[in-house]
Amino acid sequence: MIEARDLTKDYGAKRAVDGLSFTVQPGIVTGFLGPNGSGKSTTMRLILGLDAPTHGDVTVNGRHYRDHAAPLHEVGALLEARSVHTGRSAYNHLLALAETHGIPKRRVTELIDLVGLHEVARKRTGQFSLGMGQRLGIAQALLGDPKTVMLDEPVNGLDPEGIHWIRNLLKGLAGEGRTVFVSSHLMSEMALTADHLIVIGRGKLIADTSVDDFVARASQKVVLVRSPELQRLRETLAGPSVSFESAERGALEVHGLTAEQVGEAAAEAGIALHELTPQQASLEEAFMNLTRDELEFASDLEEAAA
Amino acid sequence: MTTLAPTARLPRLEHSGRIAFHRVLLSEWTKLRSVRSTLWSLGVGFLLTIAFPIIFAFVTSSHWGSMSPQDRADRHPLDIALAGVNVAQLAIAVLGVLLISAEYSTGSIRSTFTAVPKRLPVLWAKVIDFAVVSFVLAVPAVLVSFFASQTILAKHDILQISFSAPGVARSVIGGAVYVMLVGIFALAIGAIVRNTAGGIATFAGIFFVLPPLMFTLPQSWNNAISQYLPSEAGRQIFALDHAAHTLRPLTGGLVFVAYCAAAIAIAAVLLVRRDV
Repeated sequence: MIEARDLTKDYGAKRAVDGLSFTVQPGIVTGFLGPNGSGKSTTMRLILGLDAPTHGDVTVNGRHYRDHAAPLHEVGALLEARSVHTGRSAYNHLLALAETHGIPKRRVTELIDLVGLHEVARKRTGQFSLGMGQRLGIAQALLGDPKTVMLDEPVNGLDPEGIHWIRNLLKGLAGEGRTVFVSSHLMSEMALTADHLIVIGRGKLIADTSVDDFVARASQKVVLVRSPELQRLRETLAGPSVSFESAERGALEVHGLTAEQVGEAAAEAGIALHELTPQQASLEEAFMNLTRDELEFASDLEEAAA
Repeated sequence: MTTLAPTARLPRLEHSGRIAFHRVLLSEWTKLRSVRSTLWSLGVGFLLTIAFPIIFAFVTSSHWGSMSPQDRADRHPLDIALAGVNVAQLAIAVLGVLLISAEYSTGSIRSTFTAVPKRLPVLWAKVIDFAVVSFVLAVPAVLVSFFASQTILAKHDILQISFSAPGVARSVIGGAVYVMLVGIFALAIGAIVRNTAGGIATFAGIFFVLPPLMFTLPQSWNNAISQYLPSEAGRQIFALDHAAHTLRPLTGGLVFVAYCAAAIAIAAVLLVRRDV
């Protein structure tokens, strides 16, 4: 379990994480979603105590990470940034980490086999491809058989087989009752893996919701309409939170209104409708809409302040 | 080459240990021995410590006949025996800086501090491992240097000194102690600066730029200050004769140890306080 309370981190004048509060529950896969640069990696560094929060607090399994007697058994982490000495072999890298906790050598070999790095285990990691580096990072995260697994963009650089493999692994780990916290900037990836979502943008919490709720909520307010009087319909529906996208000839995609609202407004104005269909927005669109709103809101504030 | 295990299940770890200092020592030792550049630096340092005195001894004995009485008087057997120390200190210093700065440049420091989040045990373990390794290599190196250079000089029956003469054993072993302390000092600088080029430049500045710069000061200031510089104080550990305006071997050694302790203390405070 990971608990963050009002977690905030400034780097100089830039606020990277802004008052985040959330709880990551055991037994499910929690996706940590946000555009690049939204503060996901910083949050993970704060959880591991690599960076100290400006204020606020975060604990893992009830304690600050650094206060655990055996941290590798509590949290296994894959960080986004490379964290391996390029001159050392994968085997020796894992061995040195294992030795700090008295984890036996055969565990190192076991993990190397699990991620399929057996034949390159004695090669210097500087020669590794992105995907091999990623597998080594996953082996490192699982080395201590941790209660909480935290992976930053784990599918980066993996081939389709590897992506499939990691999805199953994460679900399996959650099924064993572990806490699984996985970041991604791809909503579609999270939809396949995660049960719960924590969405952030510009360091702030945007949503803390189950994947099902997120999809339902996000797809409510897009409606496809077909009408011979599209121009007049546009004028009738126009409002501050409403936007339009031209679909095929004679059709219009209305964003920001429900099908009921569009139908009633059309009836009042006496506009004939040939079609009125609520759209299932793709997850990627839903996510983009959500984060775009947040970004626009923030930049409006900045302009107002300037 | 990249075959994944068919099952995506994580095997359980039968027994779980906790962080202990002797385990961190072992871990840092594994890191020290598992990077090729480290082994090269140690090997080069070891060979240079021995090679220089041998070359110096050969050159001195072959030119002895044509040297002026003044030049002959300036040659001292221990200067020859320990000629390699001045060169070896550079190899050891570069390695000391690298042991920690390379962790930052490659990012492996994040793995290190994730495994040992209290951080300080890592610094102590690095210092202890490196001190032991450099001392264990430097002692045989200076002993071989001493006896090899004396053997070469003995063929011409010049510049003979006994290992049991007053101060000789202390100077020779002192050469090894000095090399070890230089390594510790450099490691601390590496931990403070966290950058390879910057760490080596800082070390070179303190050891090779600062001392000659002192000659721009008025003579009396130079005499008063120079002896307390890390390089000058440290050098007394392996100096046989006590020259004017220098510290005694024990005092100089203690001053240098104090510099090392201060540098490590600063490194420790920064290590705990800074973000990685």
